[in-house]
Amino acid sequence: MSSEENVILNIDDACISYGGDLAVRNVSLQIFEKKITAIIGPSGCGKSTLLRSLNRMNDFIHGCEQSGRISFRDEDLYGDKMDPVEVRLRIGMVFQRPNPFPKSIYRNVAWGPDINGLEGDLDDRVEKALRQSALWDEVKDRLHESALNLSGGQQQRLCIARALAMEPEIILMDEPCSALDPVSTARIEDLLFELKENYTIVIVTHNMQQAARVSQHTAFLENGVLVEYGDTEEVFTNPKNKRTEEYVTGRFG
Amino acid sequence: MKTVKPRYLENSLQVVFFMCAAISTITTVAVIGILAFETWGFLQHVSIVEFLFGTRWSPLLHPKSYGLLPLLAGTTLIVVGASLVALPIGLACAIYLSEYAGERARNVLKPVLEVLAGIPTVVYGFFALTFVTPILRTVLPQTDVFNAASAAIVVGIMVLPMVASLCDDAFRAVPDNLREGAYSLGATSFEVTTRVVVPAGLSGVFAAFVLAISRAIGETMAVTLAAGATPNLTLNPLESIQTMTAYIVQVSLGDTPAGTLTYQTLFAVAAVLFLVTLCLNIAANMIMKRFQEVYE
Repeated sequence: MSSEENVILNIDDACISYGGDLAVRNVSLQIFEKKITAIIGPSGCGKSTLLRSLNRMNDFIHGCEQSGRISFRDEDLYGDKMDPVEVRLRIGMVFQRPNPFPKSIYRNVAWGPDINGLEGDLDDRVEKALRQSALWDEVKDRLHESALNLSGGQQQRLCIARALAMEPEIILMDEPCSALDPVSTARIEDLLFELKENYTIVIVTHNMQQAARVSQHTAFLENGVLVEYGDTEEVFTNPKNKRTEEYVTGRFG
Repeated sequence: MKTVKPRYLENSLQVVFFMCAAISTITTVAVIGILAFETWGFLQHVSIVEFLFGTRWSPLLHPKSYGLLPLLAGTTLIVVGASLVALPIGLACAIYLSEYAGERARNVLKPVLEVLAGIPTVVYGFFALTFVTPILRTVLPQTDVFNAASAAIVVGIMVLPMVASLCDDAFRAVPDNLREGAYSLGATSFEVTTRVVVPAGLSGVFAAFVLAISRAIGETMAVTLAAGATPNLTLNPLESIQTMTAYIVQVSLGDTPAGTLTYQTLFAVAAVLFLVTLCLNIAANMIMKRFQEVYE
């Protein structure tokens, strides 16, 4: 990895367990600024758990415990001085299933900036976020209709717009295309290409082609263990580990 | 060709189940029929305008008068008072239960609420009379021994578990991924609750409110014991009043001969009571239906 890349998140020896069962074991890796990092691996390998630990969404899960250190711009993400609400304000998230609020399209995007009192004109912010998520042209004439009338793919792009409206430093995406059809998936991948100019993205996916297409770095997790981490091209064309090779060539998983 | 063996058990069971279903339907229809018949008889002697808009209710003592408004005012006082107690506290209780309470607090609170709902209403009645009323009379000495406020407070406590439980159901039906979506945008628990969960469960909350009001209207024992038996066209909760239900109790317990006009007032008042609660229940059902469609 080249030296001009800045580490924005440093995960050091992270272990995460649910009620005593270890889901993530001694994982250490760095997330680089303004790059897309993909986390791949078979179902149940702990990739979503790892992702959710990066903006403290695991705080809501009863019996979830964590050790090791995760630093966000050199500050301890789980330190006493870190406010979890502030963490989620700076590190946004898009979930596996589209989860728009049962409100209008406009209110969905404006919700975060509104409650957090972000500066600037709300209308401009909503329009900008919807343009960035390539949804503006489809919804500009019906901003005040319910978001639940949108298609699944549109809803997911709305959720991305909702996250973008907060102008977070990092966006975490947890299998954002797994509930979508191929056309919607392609649109979201196009979107990721555009977003990486300005945003740091960590995407969990079980779709290896997707990881290969969109990311610069790829981490391969199996049974909670980080098997391999490196440049995406390396991981897919010249993996160092036998298990990685078997997984990326589709022999299991 | 094999012949199909008739399934006697199956067929006879079907008849049994049908009968069970029929009984409840027939009962309802019969009650409505009798109410309508006797009310019709009553309206032959008293005009509907006098009945619904008359301001004096005195079917037992001369000069007789059949204006329902004093009883309606009495019922309204109880409903408004009970709502003031039950709706805000019930809603807050539900918010605590669904959004803030841990597993252990929930496991204690939920059963306690159910016990509260299971206390016989007559117990609430003498609780009002022997406990709430003396307190009220200490604080506000002008309070009558029998008064609307005391009854309204215990009716409120009586319907509170229902409000809390139904609102809690409504909030728990809000999918967790909406909460997660809100948290991921930097919301606090309070913002998630007040700006996502409560609005998303709002129709369930309204339905709970309507059902609670409907129960408060029909509540009988506590108001008979604590609110008095004075048909009184007043909006002062410290005075003795009479509700529609309490009137029905009063006359039913007396020795009114069947077929008299006084006897028919029972059915006329009951018909009004029935229509009001029916409308409220239909309203609650319609609201509930809307609420169910939201996440499908």
